[in-house]
Amino acid sequence: MNLQTADMVLQIATVFYIVSMAGYVLFLFNQKKIYQKTALCLISTAILFHCISIIVYTITTRQVPVHNLSQSLSVAALALGGMFLFFQYKFDLKILGVFASMLLSAIMLAVWIIPATPIEQNTVLKGFWFYSHILMVFTGEASLALACGAGILYLLQEKGIKTKHQGFFFKRLPSLDLLDNVGYTCLTTGFVLLTIGLVTGFVYAKTIWGRFWSGDPKEIFSVGSWIVYAALLHLRLYSGWRGRKSAIMTIIGFFIIIFTFLGVNMLLGGHHQAFTK
Amino acid sequence: MSKIILIGANHKTAPVELREKLSFSSEEIVTALEFLKQDKDIKESLVFSTCNRTEILYIPETGEQVNKMIEFVSRHKNVAVSEFKDALYTYKDDDAVLHLFKVASSLDSMVVGEPQILGQIKQAYRIAVENNASGVLLNRLMHKSFSVAKKVRKETGIGDNAVSISYAAIELANKIFSDLSQKTVLLLGAGEMAELAVEHLISNKVKQIIVANRTFKNAVELARKFNGQAVKFEEREDALKDVDIIISSTGATEYVLTRDQVKRAMKKRHHQTLFFIDIAVPRDIDPQINSISNAYVYDIDDLKNIVESNIEQRGKETIKAERYIEEAVVKFRKWLESLAIVPTIKALNDKMSSIVEIECNKTLSSLKHLSKEDIEAIKRMTQAIASRTIHDPILFLRNTGDHRDDSLYLNVTRQLFNIDIPEEK
Repeated sequence: MNLQTADMVLQIATVFYIVSMAGYVLFLFNQKKIYQKTALCLISTAILFHCISIIVYTITTRQVPVHNLSQSLSVAALALGGMFLFFQYKFDLKILGVFASMLLSAIMLAVWIIPATPIEQNTVLKGFWFYSHILMVFTGEASLALACGAGILYLLQEKGIKTKHQGFFFKRLPSLDLLDNVGYTCLTTGFVLLTIGLVTGFVYAKTIWGRFWSGDPKEIFSVGSWIVYAALLHLRLYSGWRGRKSAIMTIIGFFIIIFTFLGVNMLLGGHHQAFTK
Repeated sequence: MSKIILIGANHKTAPVELREKLSFSSEEIVTALEFLKQDKDIKESLVFSTCNRTEILYIPETGEQVNKMIEFVSRHKNVAVSEFKDALYTYKDDDAVLHLFKVASSLDSMVVGEPQILGQIKQAYRIAVENNASGVLLNRLMHKSFSVAKKVRKETGIGDNAVSISYAAIELANKIFSDLSQKTVLLLGAGEMAELAVEHLISNKVKQIIVANRTFKNAVELARKFNGQAVKFEEREDALKDVDIIISSTGATEYVLTRDQVKRAMKKRHHQTLFFIDIAVPRDIDPQINSISNAYVYDIDDLKNIVESNIEQRGKETIKAERYIEEAVVKFRKWLESLAIVPTIKALNDKMSSIVEIECNKTLSSLKHLSKEDIEAIKRMTQAIASRTIHDPILFLRNTGDHRDDSLYLNVTRQLFNIDIPEEK
């Protein structure tokens, strides 16, 4: 077992992601169950290979591969895949696979296109709090990505019904209730995970740098996006912000997450920078 | 070759009064088939009758027997021939097959694409089989019609879209709410329209029905009929708090629900989705309500538009469906032609000769010491064995006796020797 093996397995996973996306697109147009079933099998296989690749890497180098942008994206994609399978199993919302497989294929292509920067040995990035932080933040953000996907599907369906033009999506998408419900579940799951992720992050910061909060731009934006989601959940529970408004907010929230994940490190720097060099 | 004849009348050729007179109940079909079985001139027969059509499909022994069949219907249903003769259509052979396939695929229905017709035809076929009225030809023909209908339903979008207003409304409700059985319906107005709409919803099993009507007595009556609850018409705004679907059909000249009323109600119900179906003319529900978030208003014209565009869509799918049907007709004709004596004998001969040739060559290729004459002699002998083997079966096929069914034996022979035209899948 070595790094070449890990790379090769990851390449296989990427191919499976792309083929599964093709299957889902066929399903979107054709609505034949066999396409969706095949695509789901393909994406599951891709996630399995992806997982193996990361495990091989971790065992070989004795560290989780989150030391440059390409590696971080790959782990984020794996988290997304895992959460997708979880929600797919829970709700059987077949059409969500179209969104998930497209996003996964795009991220994996980016993983291969972005040049891998050499990895600096960093003894700080270890320990229980660090791994909990990583796990919670990545799965949390993956759930929020799916919430965004459900939100997009909701808006597509809602627009058709509101304007009384039953277009391409009317038959292909499920009911508004179900889409809203899926979005809400993804949102709450993601919010809880993100909250735990932030808390473990602060605890980890305390153990390493001796303080919970160092005013790092990423910290600021993370807390900022957390507040956006907290506000959304509050509005939903107490002011009836459901449906369309909620869907728009989840989409906006996810863009803030993307910016926090990528933009902050690239534009503003800070001690999270190493992850996304 | 046997003839296939189909006579009948449907919604295009006969008005409903005449169709009623010509329609056969299940019991009447059994008696009719029993009668047709006794007839020496009719080999196989099948009767199917729905509210939109009555058709008789049969295989005559000789000739076409159309007039006989018309008289039979006249006697059996006690209708004068002159009364329905003009409404009848008669299809023969390929045309009959084509018509049957179209009917089974719901292309000939009043509402093209409606799904019930296939079940009705299957039922008619079951009766014919149970009464031994159908034989080799009709059995194969009917099975073909089922598979064509299935293919058309599966491969074309002919049954995909709602083509009636109440169905379009229910389809919309299903795209707004995930589970109608958890939803409550408020009926504004207790007229006939309301009743019709609710009947469809009840078949979709909603949780509860609340009726509000200006004349409270009528509301109570309708509510009792649907196991629902009646409220005063003035209470309608309060009722909005707990309902999900509102169907309105009052005779009011002004809006019975305004935007402000719904806005207030929306707050009380934490902005849970409301779906308004306004089937009244003039309209009952203020169309402005549609601009409130999580409220959807469809009036009768909106629903009609959906239905019309769906019907248009079906028209396009029909062309595709017709192509499948025509293909199936050609295939069926090929099978029918193969059921004649000469092609069957030829197929049988070919099959035997090829077996003999293959086996002979296999053996001879390992027997190198034989002279040319020996080889010729062996070849002649094996061919002779083959032709002697099938000599008696062929003789039998050529003369199956006067009262026996040729197509039955031909069909068995083809299946026995596996020389039937291959079925799909």
